[in-house]
Amino acid sequence: MLTAVLLFLPLAAALLLLFTKGAAARALALGASLLEFGLAIYAAFAFKATGTASFDLNYAWIPSAGINFHLGLDGLSLLLVLLTTFLVPLILLAAFKHNYDNPSTFYALVLFMQTGLIGVFVSLDAFLFYFFWEVALIPIYFLAGAWGGERRVAVTLKFFLYTVVGSLFMLAGFVYLYLQTGPGVGSLAPHSSELSAFYGLTLSASEQSWLFWLIFAAFAVKMPIFPFHTWQPDTYTEAPAPATMLLSGIMLKMGIYGTMRWLLPVVPLGVSQWGFLVVILAVIGIIYGAIIAIRQRDLKRLIAYSSLSHVGLMAAGVFSLTQIGLQGAVVQMLAHGVNVVGMFFVADAIERRTGTRHIPDLGGLTRRTPILTVCFLVMLLSTVALPLTGGFVGEFLLLAGVYQYNAWVGAVAGLTIIFSAVYLLRMFQRVMLGPDSAFSETITDLTGGELLILVPLIVLVFWLGLFPGTFLHISEPAVTNLLSLVGR
Amino acid sequence: MTSIILLSVFGIINLFLGFLRSNKVLLPGAMLLLLIVFGVNLADWGQGTQSFYNSMLVVDNYTVAFTGIVVLTTIVLLPFSRSYVVAGEPNLAEYYSLLLFSLVGAVMMIGYNHLIMLFVGIEILSVSMYVLAGSSKRDARSNEAALKYFLMGAFATGILLFGVALLYGATGTFVLSELSTAVAAPANASLQPMLYIGILMMIIGIGFKVSAAPFHFWTPDVYEGTPTFFTAFMSTVVKTAGFAAFLKLLAVALPDAQGFWLPTIQAMCALTLLLGNVGAAVQTSTKRMLAYSSVSHAGYLLIGLVASRGNLIGEAASGIFFYSLAYSIATIAAFGVLKLVADHRQRDDYAALNGLGKTNPLLAFSMTVAMLSLAGIPLTGGFFGKFFLLAAAVGQGYIGLVVFALVMSMVGLYYYLRPLIAMYLRPAEEGATPVPVDGIQTVTLALLALLSIALGIVPGLLSGIL
Repeated sequence: MLTAVLLFLPLAAALLLLFTKGAAARALALGASLLEFGLAIYAAFAFKATGTASFDLNYAWIPSAGINFHLGLDGLSLLLVLLTTFLVPLILLAAFKHNYDNPSTFYALVLFMQTGLIGVFVSLDAFLFYFFWEVALIPIYFLAGAWGGERRVAVTLKFFLYTVVGSLFMLAGFVYLYLQTGPGVGSLAPHSSELSAFYGLTLSASEQSWLFWLIFAAFAVKMPIFPFHTWQPDTYTEAPAPATMLLSGIMLKMGIYGTMRWLLPVVPLGVSQWGFLVVILAVIGIIYGAIIAIRQRDLKRLIAYSSLSHVGLMAAGVFSLTQIGLQGAVVQMLAHGVNVVGMFFVADAIERRTGTRHIPDLGGLTRRTPILTVCFLVMLLSTVALPLTGGFVGEFLLLAGVYQYNAWVGAVAGLTIIFSAVYLLRMFQRVMLGPDSAFSETITDLTGGELLILVPLIVLVFWLGLFPGTFLHISEPAVTNLLSLVGR
Repeated sequence: MTSIILLSVFGIINLFLGFLRSNKVLLPGAMLLLLIVFGVNLADWGQGTQSFYNSMLVVDNYTVAFTGIVVLTTIVLLPFSRSYVVAGEPNLAEYYSLLLFSLVGAVMMIGYNHLIMLFVGIEILSVSMYVLAGSSKRDARSNEAALKYFLMGAFATGILLFGVALLYGATGTFVLSELSTAVAAPANASLQPMLYIGILMMIIGIGFKVSAAPFHFWTPDVYEGTPTFFTAFMSTVVKTAGFAAFLKLLAVALPDAQGFWLPTIQAMCALTLLLGNVGAAVQTSTKRMLAYSSVSHAGYLLIGLVASRGNLIGEAASGIFFYSLAYSIATIAAFGVLKLVADHRQRDDYAALNGLGKTNPLLAFSMTVAMLSLAGIPLTGGFFGKFFLLAAAVGQGYIGLVVFALVMSMVGLYYYLRPLIAMYLRPAEEGATPVPVDGIQTVTLALLALLSIALGIVPGLLSGIL
């Protein structure tokens, strides 16, 4: 029941928002998202960390086809639900800083997106998963398209086509798997699309070999993995700041989560056949993203490429198929979500004050903005993976996992930390320090309202850095369970 | 059966209502009469098979289901007739009556059990449509459309009738069940070529009516020239009835000639998907895009015929039902919005929709749901329509065809997004005023959007009913 409330509360609020205006809309959107976060916290306390899903909810959705409306939370889902519900109120607060046209529609789409995202994280039926996977795309398309920058038409079209085409491949893979299954428990239909039915299939190595790519296509585009990434920098740059935060902070995790839940345990032989190739692609993405980030002059674009580089490491960790690598990916999903939202928010705060994101036009901002500087630096250092921050724990575990998998690959992947120090500190130097620019004297510091967004993020950065056990304990049984399924 | 009688009587009543010369009476009147037909039709659900006129017509769940779609489609289409009244169209009642009469033809095409009934049904439907295509008398394009449609249609009906004659010659019967027996155990082997030529000609004739490639060439021109109100009717009711007839012919009469028609339908299917989708992708007019899109949807429905493998019940038939319903709902909404916008802004290219999200949020929303449904994006009925058909085809082992259909639906994404881009991402022209929409149109459009979404959220209600 709790999962259903978690799923539909944002949707209900989104529908109500269509009939509200102005301050009431803001209050409703923020109130609903905070209530949702409260529910997720409650779920976290009521949650018993076992390998199987809690809060199970199972109804026949399309009885004639054996497709169920099956929801449940295991440790992995719970952490991502927590991340989503934690970030959405902050993203809404960030949206309040802008004067968008039709603000209530904007907030409604953000909440609608939240329903899609939570649906992806809690679905235990393949077609339900696919359903929410696509549902999450519709609002973000309109958010990025209708409120985006100048090149939005071409950019969002590319984004939409890339992701939908990717997910159609996944759907094809799911349909094939579905037709291999027998009837579900107590069902009259000939097949079942339950996750457990997929886990129970015995497929030949050659089937798994091509199924791997069908299913992985959707996840690879969403993350994105090199060479499926070309939509990402443009979309991140053109989308309005809150949409970019949704895309990078949460939507990207759909790809990692999907890989862990719907790819590794379903086609383990395919994974062992192609895993190394994916790890290599991921490492190429790490290096490629980092090198391009060094050359960027647009603040948002630089963060976009930095995100590309970091997600490569997460993918490599997942495909290392080690406990430590997967746990690292879990922590890093949370840490990266927090970091990247913080980074984009700071970039947005600077852009709102100066009217530009062009790095060479900025410089010497720090004199008038001590608080902004500190917040920016904390977010940046966590992205660079400095000890004490969440980024360090995540990347350290990931690198340990990749190193166990293959020492050489681990060594190359480790460059990510050095590279990110190079491009991020260089950017910080040119934006915040450096010679004075036109804005050095006029820029104002963060307001209390903006701190309200950054302080929770900073608290979580240090929480993840100092007490990662809080989160690792929740996900551990789920990860162990996944790995035992992969090893079957 | 009752629905045929009621539709005929109501058509005549409507004609007499025309003396009042008031759409205030005509429109609600026609809708009410159709609602009665819809209810009466549903009452036959689950009553088993009832035969009429020496088994020339049958009423079973199959008939009820598809009749339900065509009647419902017509009900939700009627509110968009308004501008004909405003334009002082003197023959409004005749148009309503023709719509009702053509529905009689559609119902006969769905419920036939005798090839002559099929022919008569197609003719009743088509003759009404020839008139309606040319109903905008002073518009040269409408006249061209009517002439093209009539010439091509007459030719195709001729071929169909020739096919019926050859079938009769080869088997000695018009009745579907007897045909099936005669095809399974031919009495005279030397007549087999005649049988196959007959089947081929019937496929060509019906393929023309449902605009399946390579017999689709008339579709874009006729759809473009025909007044949008009737284009919507053509692309939904005619197609639904056509596919119901097609499936019945193949499944009841010719299951044993599968070896012959399966490859033929497969080839038509692939060609239709290709030409429909690629054709739609290169259009600049929204109406022509929708015309090509209707060709492409014929392609998806043909997959259902392939997957049915001569079964009138089961996954594939249910899939065709679900798809036709989802497609009809979305298409009426799309044409409805397009008609309102085109009437107001005097153009029907993509740019006509520019900024509609700002000026008319409801129209834009309805169009959005329709486009997403036609594209097959989840949360809409169109997704499950495609899903059921493609899953049925995969289940029968037609992997190659399904992969091709998936690739083609990726092309579809591109052109279905273009109206959305125009509506939300591009600004309206300077001084663009909101498109006027009256109360009943507002309600209908909202209802259509909700129906599409309902089919996308609880497909279980109507899936697998056949």
